Amino acid sequence: MTGAQQPETRADIVMCPDGPMLVRGDVVVEDADGTQHRTTRPISAVCRCGRTSRAPWCDGTHKLLTEARER
Amino acid sequence: MSDSVDRRYGPAPLPQPRGPVSTAVIEALVRPPHELPAGLGAEFDPADPVVDEDLQLTLFLCYELHYRGWQGVDEDWEWQPSLLALRSAAERPFEAALRRLVGPLPAVLPGGVPRALADLVAADDGPSLAAALQRRATLAQFREFVTHRSIYHLREADPHSWALPRLGGPAKAALVEIQMDEYGNGRLDRMHAELFRRTLDRLDLDTGYAAYLDRVPAVTLATNNLISLFGLHRRLRGALLGHLAAFEMASSLPNRRYGNGLRRLGLDETATRFYDEHVEADAVHEQVALRDICGALVEREPDLAEDVLLGAWTCLDLEARTATAMLKRWGVA
Repeated sequence: MTGAQQPETRADIVMCPDGPMLVRGDVVVEDADGTQHRTTRPISAVCRCGRTSRAPWCDGTHKLLTEARER
Repeated sequence: MSDSVDRRYGPAPLPQPRGPVSTAVIEALVRPPHELPAGLGAEFDPADPVVDEDLQLTLFLCYELHYRGWQGVDEDWEWQPSLLALRSAAERPFEAALRRLVGPLPAVLPGGVPRALADLVAADDGPSLAAALQRRATLAQFREFVTHRSIYHLREADPHSWALPRLGGPAKAALVEIQMDEYGNGRLDRMHAELFRRTLDRLDLDTGYAAYLDRVPAVTLATNNLISLFGLHRRLRGALLGHLAAFEMASSLPNRRYGNGLRRLGLDETATRFYDEHVEADAVHEQVALRDICGALVEREPDLAEDVLLGAWTCLDLEARTATAMLKRWGVA
């Protein structure tokens, strides 16, 4: 099958286009205030837009920002 | 079978019939498996299969045999040939109606499927049931909303699990990542269906599986039958996964509103935990479903691209219809 590359290994960290950073695994995320948050799921979404209501985790707010930008 | 058997996980209680076909099916199901009357399927002549009560209930009656089964119904009905033929007679107009609804889909290159899915969801201008639930709904209205959704949520993720044996490779691995979360990574107390059960309990609602089947209109049955249709036919696996992607992508923001609405109504963390969990979980799932499942699927099988979009489109459309029906019942524009 030709075409796009299929990665041989699954990335541990994925930057989603116009979206969060996906993190695979059991890790501790430290935010800008120094507060530590342990992941509770096998794959977590860390906010990159800065507007989430439940930092450091993505809550989908970035989608509203994208829509606003595209109007 | 004991009378005190735990009803939380099924089998479902048989519903009331909604027309001549579902009447005949229910009458047959409570007897040992046998050949159904000939020509039963020819009685379907629905103007709109999606909202036809008799057709949608008949489909649900057939499909549930593959899930938790029905109370008092012999399990050998699941593969009874004449019942399968009847189901097929109901599925054909249903699928045809869905494809007509969607109309001709734009030709999309496999690489463009994630973008096309994201655009579909962003363009969705369905009525905002979520806003009404957040700001204005009364407790009675919220309870009604929850009873309607209970048909799906008490078996959350099961219909999409049908895709697992139909897939191999990267898309399969990604689907497992999502489903593991849905099923609480094997911990019952974190399983999404269990979290929903706790919400039902906090709202003083029946936590029994499919307890509210008689209350929901055909269009709500259709939102469930849609996923079963896609899930139980290998040829519709593209639609099943497109449905999953749209479902996940359209989830985080509304679930935040539902949680806020319940908090406004004074419910506690046990009640809201289902919705709060979904805000975070679906923010992850939508990313995985979009690229790692749907993107990966159509890279390997470009012919499935159109069905992926069909699945997403019908997910959003039927969801919008149930929202419209509910808002209308509440007298909200």
